Amino acid sequence: MAKVEIRSESCKSCQYCVKFCPKGVLAVGDKVNAKGYEYVVPVKMDACIGCSICARMCPDAAIEVYK
Amino acid sequence: MEKVYSRTTGIREDMVNGFCPGCMHSTIIKLIGEVLDEMDIMDKAVGVLGIGCCGLHMEYMTYDNTTAPHGRACAVATGIKRANPDSLVYTYQGDGDFASIGLGESVSAANRGENITVIFVNNGIYGMTGGQMAPTTLFGMKASTAPKGRIAEEHGYPMHMCEILNQLTAPAYLERTSCNTPANVMKTKKAIRKAFENQLNGKGFSMVEIISNCPTNWGVEPLDSLTFIEEKMLPEYPLGVIRDK
Amino acid sequence: MARVFMKGCEAIAEAAVRAGCRFFAGYPITPQNEIPEYFARRMPEVGGIFVQGESEVASINMVYGAGSTGTRSMTSSSSCGISLKSEGISYCASARIPMVFANISRGGPGVGSIHPAQQDYLQATKASGNGGFEMLVFAPSTVQEAIDMTYNAFEYAQRDRNPVLILCDGVIGTMMEPVKLPEMKTDEEVAAFKEGNKEWACIGHGKDVKRSWIEPGHWRGQEDANIEAAAMYETWDKDVQVEEYLVEDAQIVIAAYGISARVAKSAIDILRKEGIKVGLIRPITVHPFPYHSFEKLDYSRVKAILDVEMSIPAQLIYDVKLGVNNRCPIETCLRSGGQIMSRDAVLDAVRKLNEK
Repeated sequence: MAKVEIRSESCKSCQYCVKFCPKGVLAVGDKVNAKGYEYVVPVKMDACIGCSICARMCPDAAIEVYK
Repeated sequence: MEKVYSRTTGIREDMVNGFCPGCMHSTIIKLIGEVLDEMDIMDKAVGVLGIGCCGLHMEYMTYDNTTAPHGRACAVATGIKRANPDSLVYTYQGDGDFASIGLGESVSAANRGENITVIFVNNGIYGMTGGQMAPTTLFGMKASTAPKGRIAEEHGYPMHMCEILNQLTAPAYLERTSCNTPANVMKTKKAIRKAFENQLNGKGFSMVEIISNCPTNWGVEPLDSLTFIEEKMLPEYPLGVIRDK
Repeated sequence: MARVFMKGCEAIAEAAVRAGCRFFAGYPITPQNEIPEYFARRMPEVGGIFVQGESEVASINMVYGAGSTGTRSMTSSSSCGISLKSEGISYCASARIPMVFANISRGGPGVGSIHPAQQDYLQATKASGNGGFEMLVFAPSTVQEAIDMTYNAFEYAQRDRNPVLILCDGVIGTMMEPVKLPEMKTDEEVAAFKEGNKEWACIGHGKDVKRSWIEPGHWRGQEDANIEAAAMYETWDKDVQVEEYLVEDAQIVIAAYGISARVAKSAIDILRKEGIKVGLIRPITVHPFPYHSFEKLDYSRVKAILDVEMSIPAQLIYDVKLGVNNRCPIETCLRSGGQIMSRDAVLDAVRKLNEK
């Protein structure tokens, strides 16, 4: 069991997390935040292994990881 | 479940940083915060920020910092460190700041073996002022002041600061890293830690040159900037430890 | 305390050390070389830091850094070197970093000459850098004054968290005179100065206490910062210092500062014996300027002002004009290009004026 928590207001949709997630947990969502970015959301949370690669790649420290 | 990756305490909880999407300045300041957390030295840390996008950190950081005049961060850091040796003092400078206007201060501080750490962020372009040519701009890389890209006969060649400083006797540690892949992010963090440890151990001048990006002024999507780093920047600026003594 | 025979530059350095200055960074330029040279020898004896910067630009920024830690810090240079420092000085003023610097001024403009001059008056008093900041500027006319001003400058810098300038011409900087040195601040006092600055000093506070944020740009509110600084400058009226010599019955009043004032004073003693009623107003602080000394003159008696300075074109004259406000003519007696004001030149100028 693992999960990611995303601060949607910090996300700028650069998609580094999406690119590097080894399990395809994340994807760009269809909603926008206050800054106008289509923020990333978990789409396959069950697949998350808590490797934290997404969080390490995130420039905006928008992701925290639990395991 | 246990939290296995926390946001560093080195950046503000209550604000979104002012960097463009995908900009690695924010990755790097995050890594610095993580290292300060892990080494438990946040209460000693002083960041000396260069002029340009580097300065956007000032409000985002949670610990002591100052802004140096353009290019003078190594001199300001020298003053802080000499006057207060207990502080952990690092400069945070872009390529225009460190390698162009501040070249004298940069080389001289390195040559004195000043016991400071330089975080040198090299993205090959002036960011804040709008994409002008930097001393590290690649051949063929367009800049607002070099519309045809760097031309050797007119502009000279990209400057390799690690290799230039490696000609000096004093520097303790020179490494070039990047943040374009998870593995390189981890190597960058390790290099920052090593540079800070060197300072705490009084080993003298350490510099981590980080090959970074500027999606906005490169005119590419953030994801494409990662490819650009891999394909264009890294062949010109090979990663690795250049000096470790 | 016994008197010692000291050169102006060295006396300035020793006064700074005695005031608790523990960081100095400088760069060679004539005629101020004896200041960094003295600090290089002296700082290790008192546990202070001397750094020879790679340039004037680096030196002022080292002082900006050291001053940011709350350490009493100083730099010095001469004229064109001060121009190079001007960006850093402006940063110190904007970020409200206390520090002291001395300009042992030489000829100008440009590289000028290495000989003494007073060509930097407007730069020193009106714009030592971009952005319209102000500083207390002291102009000594003896080595003793240079000592006392430097010693006190650190208190003013600390009081206001602002740079203070000692505007010292190359004559005072390079001449030797018998002087009395002020008391040496104890190690405990020096440590207490730094401790007292701890709250704002950029030394590392950590995330749990109010961090130090040295702001040369005030991105959170430049206008507020400027309003605050302007209010501080307004308090400086009380700091104005001026010497008025034989002004009470004077029909001709000389306006001069620094070495020119000293030369003029010696001329006045001769002219008085000739029966010429001449006096002197000598700004000791050239900023803030003692306008009041000129405003309060009885212009039914005063026939003319003679502006005496080692600058062509005249610069002090602009402030004198503001004080005189067209109530009498202002003549000049000027030298430049490293030529020292001579007593004969002042004597001639006053005699001519007296015959008019």
